[in-house]
Amino acid sequence: MNLWLTAATHNATQVDYLIFALVLISCAVLALVFGLMLLYMFKYRAGSDIDRGTLPRKTWRLEAAWTAATLVAFFGLFVWGAKLYLLLFQPPADALQIHVIGKQFMWKAEHDGGQREINAIHLPVGLDVQLVMTSEDVIHDFSVPAFRIKHDVLPGRYEALWFRVDIPGTYHLFCTQFCGVDHANMVGEIVAMPKADYQKWLARSDAGETLAAAGKTLFMRYGCSGCHGGDGAGANQSQSTVRAPSLAGLYGSPVTLADGRVVKADDRYLRDCILTPARQRVASYLPVMPSFAGEISEEELLKIIAYLKSLSQQEPS
Amino acid sequence: MSAAAGAAALSGESYLTDGFSLRSWLLTTDHKRIAILYLASITVFFFIGAAGAALVRYNLIVPEGLIKSAETYNRLFTMHGVVMVWFFLVPAVPVTLGNFIVPLMLGARDLAFPKLNLVSWYLFMLGGAIVLYSLFTGGVDTGWTFYTPLTTQYSKGHVVATVIGIFIAGFSSIATGLNFIVSIHRLRAPGMTWFRMPVFLWSLYATSVILVLATPVLAMTLVLLAFERIFHIGVFDPTLGGDPLLFQHLFWFYSHPAVYIMILPGFGIVSEIVPAFSRKPLFGYTFVVWASIGIAVISFLVWGHHMFVAGTSLFSALVFSILSYMVAVPSAIKVFNWIGTLHKGFIRFDAPMLYALGFIGLFTMGGLTGLFVAALAADVHLTQTYFVVAHFHYVMVGGMVSAFFAGLHYWWPKITGRHYPEMWGRAGALIIFIGFHLTFFPQFILGYLGMPRRYHSYAPEFQVLNVLSSAGTTILAAGYLLPLGYLTWSLLRGERAAPNPWDATGLEWQTPSPPPTENFVATPVVTEEPYAYPRPKPQATS
Amino acid sequence: MSDAALPHAFQYESARHQARTAIAGMWLFLASEVLFFGVLFLSWIVCRHWNQAGFDAGARQTALAIGTLNTVILITSSAFYTAGVAFIEASNTRRLIQCCALAWVLGLAFLILKFGIEWHEDLARHLFPGPRFAITGELRTGAQLFFVFYFVATALHGLHLLAGLGLVGWIIRRAGRGEFSAQYSTPVAVVGLYWSFVDMVWIVLFPLIYLIGRGP
Ligand code: HEA
Ligand code: HEA
Ligand code: HEC
Ligand code: CUA
Ligand SMILES: [Cu+2]
Repeated sequence: MNLWLTAATHNATQVDYLIFALVLISCAVLALVFGLMLLYMFKYRAGSDIDRGTLPRKTWRLEAAWTAATLVAFFGLFVWGAKLYLLLFQPPADALQIHVIGKQFMWKAEHDGGQREINAIHLPVGLDVQLVMTSEDVIHDFSVPAFRIKHDVLPGRYEALWFRVDIPGTYHLFCTQFCGVDHANMVGEIVAMPKADYQKWLARSDAGETLAAAGKTLFMRYGCSGCHGGDGAGANQSQSTVRAPSLAGLYGSPVTLADGRVVKADDRYLRDCILTPARQRVASYLPVMPSFAGEISEEELLKIIAYLKSLSQQEPS
Repeated sequence: MSAAAGAAALSGESYLTDGFSLRSWLLTTDHKRIAILYLASITVFFFIGAAGAALVRYNLIVPEGLIKSAETYNRLFTMHGVVMVWFFLVPAVPVTLGNFIVPLMLGARDLAFPKLNLVSWYLFMLGGAIVLYSLFTGGVDTGWTFYTPLTTQYSKGHVVATVIGIFIAGFSSIATGLNFIVSIHRLRAPGMTWFRMPVFLWSLYATSVILVLATPVLAMTLVLLAFERIFHIGVFDPTLGGDPLLFQHLFWFYSHPAVYIMILPGFGIVSEIVPAFSRKPLFGYTFVVWASIGIAVISFLVWGHHMFVAGTSLFSALVFSILSYMVAVPSAIKVFNWIGTLHKGFIRFDAPMLYALGFIGLFTMGGLTGLFVAALAADVHLTQTYFVVAHFHYVMVGGMVSAFFAGLHYWWPKITGRHYPEMWGRAGALIIFIGFHLTFFPQFILGYLGMPRRYHSYAPEFQVLNVLSSAGTTILAAGYLLPLGYLTWSLLRGERAAPNPWDATGLEWQTPSPPPTENFVATPVVTEEPYAYPRPKPQATS
Repeated sequence: MSDAALPHAFQYESARHQARTAIAGMWLFLASEVLFFGVLFLSWIVCRHWNQAGFDAGARQTALAIGTLNTVILITSSAFYTAGVAFIEASNTRRLIQCCALAWVLGLAFLILKFGIEWHEDLARHLFPGPRFAITGELRTGAQLFFVFYFVATALHGLHLLAGLGLVGWIIRRAGRGEFSAQYSTPVAVVGLYWSFVDMVWIVLFPLIYLIGRGP
């Protein structure tokens, strides 16, 4: 019986410290509670004729003392848990992105180079890795106990998760949100390998096109280029009469919306622009872009977004 | 005891002998008889739910699962959760012990609305019948949480019927809560000021507030769920403009307060029993009272702690985390006050006291592990694993079911007029305590190691701990079947009980056991604080 | 007749005690109802926030004229009922019956207008959410959601009103048997609270359905 779980990332060790602290505090509290209970049960059992003195009259000092002590302890635990949580969920910039799609009952992953895998993800150690996750049907949850991290994967939006693996190895991947009959079989493995091996793995697996290249094809096929121009550079360069914003350099930059909000153009934003353009109209353009919801599948969406991102890497605005 | 009541006792007349026909039971408006009807009903539900648990544990003995079909397994734990929560633990104490004892403790003759009380039992049975029907013909495999869009668009089975059953049972809860609140406000005996009320009444008052204000939220959520399920369009469907997280928010807005519906009555029972068997007033009475109210209020503000990894904003997670710690403070206050009550007492170890002490221990362990999952970063690792399963079984089963047994044994002589066999009672308390730890402690470790909950099959390295847990279940099963046996036996053979066998304070002990139909012939008058136990001479009690 | 001599259930001290308790019970029930409908309104607002344009498109399809008429009808009905309560406090049973009857008829008129005419038309115009929903294009999703709320809310409100009709009818029958007087009018007051509550729910629903987002 193995009572130990590898802590394969730096943050996993941090989470372990928190859990161990909680265990220690609990043991102390239990020692106090059970200790006093047993002591009093013995000392003040009805049969014992120990001198019990008189009863204390006022109790509020004691009450205030233990309320305050509990409050302080709780506040400490809250702060510790919260700080670490913020760390766990604030992705570092320029992490290696891997795209994950959950569906009943499998995990599909796509690397930027176009490598695809099912119920397994290969990744390098020592590098920040960010997962951009969505679901094709119900809510799933991407969980790797050895990394002490998990997050729900919802249909209709992107959720992100990041970690940096320190120790190479093969780790369990579980779906931990009940998602239907075969929930228990929606499992897989995470293979963390040294960078060189990872490169070899990338090269070996037959990738085909990169995501961005495939995305470019789709960008043409779905007629995006009709408004946004052949290379997404804006309507002025296209033959179309529609005036549509340039998409080059868009990713990562702030966008002013028609209702005055300013939002950052991240994966989620791009996705929403394509599927539900009515929810966020770009300022000073006519609201003519149609919704592509139901037409573009999650996997195609990934590719189109990869293409849009590649546009901003070429010519930053 | 008044002379007339004494005469009634001597002549052997009681609510039990006031009519023997089936009709006199099924159409009764006597709160005591309704309590008995409820007691029989929830016992049946408990064993149905427990049979589900037994099968769940049976399946998990081997990694591939002994029950071949995953679908069957999913239906089993859904059935287990639904029945245990809505048809056993939420109603358990209020409708049985509460129904029986509240009017007696108040010095009243009945609840404020006796007919409503009977209606609530019929609603409960109707809801229960619908749920059982749908669970046994086709079943539901969504988990007791019914998360969308799984429930509304993808799962098979009788979701709508189950939801309707829960909806109807919800109105039974509302009726009970309403009855208690109004009765406590309006029917207190002369002299019973608010702060002369025993803590059991306060606890049920707080429970009722949650019942009345949280249950309708669940009801409406279920209406929307059913609509979406039937017409395949609705507010929780992300592909049609809806919001799947909205469902989770609404569900937990009810279900978190609901966990305090389940525990608060237990606090009340323990606060009666610990003083009675320590022969001492409850330590810090006022603090315990305000702690109950505090829990009821704050419990409405912490629902988001079930959604730390669900995709809500980081900021809201911080808020819900600190509020979860806040709601734990009043519970801490209570634990310390019970221990303070033991201090310098004259402690007797009858079965009710053993169960109550078991409650304090197990609840503390369950509560402390609640602090693990309230700590954000720790929850990220532990959520949706067996750690959470262990956490809530410690509070609900170890804690609350023990408290229920404590109360049942404590008031058994009052309810039935008979004593349960003391030795068996103590043995039962001990077996449950041990079996419980064996069943659920391994699950904490399983959870830490990462075993997800709601898994029909699991990775082989988890097997040893699972086998331990399943083995513990057999002991636990014995522990639960034992009281069923000896309590039933005592109905016929138990020793007759005096009006106040424990020598306890509280108006319920000032009338014969079992009480006459009208409870009190002359309205009692309260002249002192609750728990005014005289200090016995040490020699006198030994 | 002195207070103590009035009949009352055995768990109360006096008829007055019983009356006050019944009214307290009704208030508490209504508190519970507020949360029941509150969830509906809250979800409505949340969903509208996400799909404003669609919701507004949906709102434009509703029958403002019938809605307004119905609002007037319900308010009048409540007014009559309240007058009835005042009359019975002066022991005027005949007037109580007249007022209640008017309130009852108006309630029925509401139901006929709402379900017999308005719903009927809505259904004929394919405004019930589903594959054959009338509004197409980009606003379809939002408009469908609007009509989910529309139908759920009006159906639930209608059921409450139907229960209210039963209760008012019951009051009329008992009043007809001369059971109420200035000394004993608790059921009249309790039903009155409920009747006004059903009215209040409508007053929240009316702007949600017909006014918000309708535009000029
Ligand atoms: C009776 C039921 C009950 C009770 C009383 C509680 C009590 C508490 N619960 Fe629990 N909980 C559930 C039933 C209950 N819970 C259920 C059913 C679920 C799962 C539902 C599902 O997903 O299916 C759940 C899940 C759950 C979660 C979500 C876990 C997840 O899914 O990731 C969280 C997170 O915060 C939580 C927290 C707490 C806290 C902080 C308390 C506190 O109130 C506990 C307070 C008590 C103490 C803390 C002990 C006594 C204190 C002392 C002796 C003081 C000294 C201590 C110190 C100084 C440290 N609970
Ligand atoms: C109040 C509530 C309550 C109670 C009392 C229990 C009692 C028990 N529960 Fe349960 N449990 C829940 C509430 C409760 N549970 C909830 C809400 C869930 C979540 C469901 C979900 O995920 O949706 C859950 C889930 C749950 C799981 C997780 C399943 C999973 O995630 O895959 C497990 C696993 O071990 C379990 C075990 C047990 C056990 C061993 C008991 C034991 O205490 C039971 C011991 C008793 C017996 C074994 C009875 C013995 C008697 C018989 C067998 C005779 C039966 C027959 C007749 C006479 C008719 N429960
Ligand atoms: C009918 C013309 C038209 C077509 C076809 C079209 N768009 Fe657009 N798009 C627009 C217009 C106009 C805007 C600006 C107004 C708005 O936000 O809706 C826009 C905005 C966007 C934005 C947000 C730009 C910013 O500056 O924030 C993105 C991203 C986008 N489109 C991507 C796409 C993709 C991908 C496709 C194809 C799948 C596509 N568009 C098809 C007209 C079009
Ligand atoms: Cu996917 Cu569970
Ligand atoms: Cu909770």
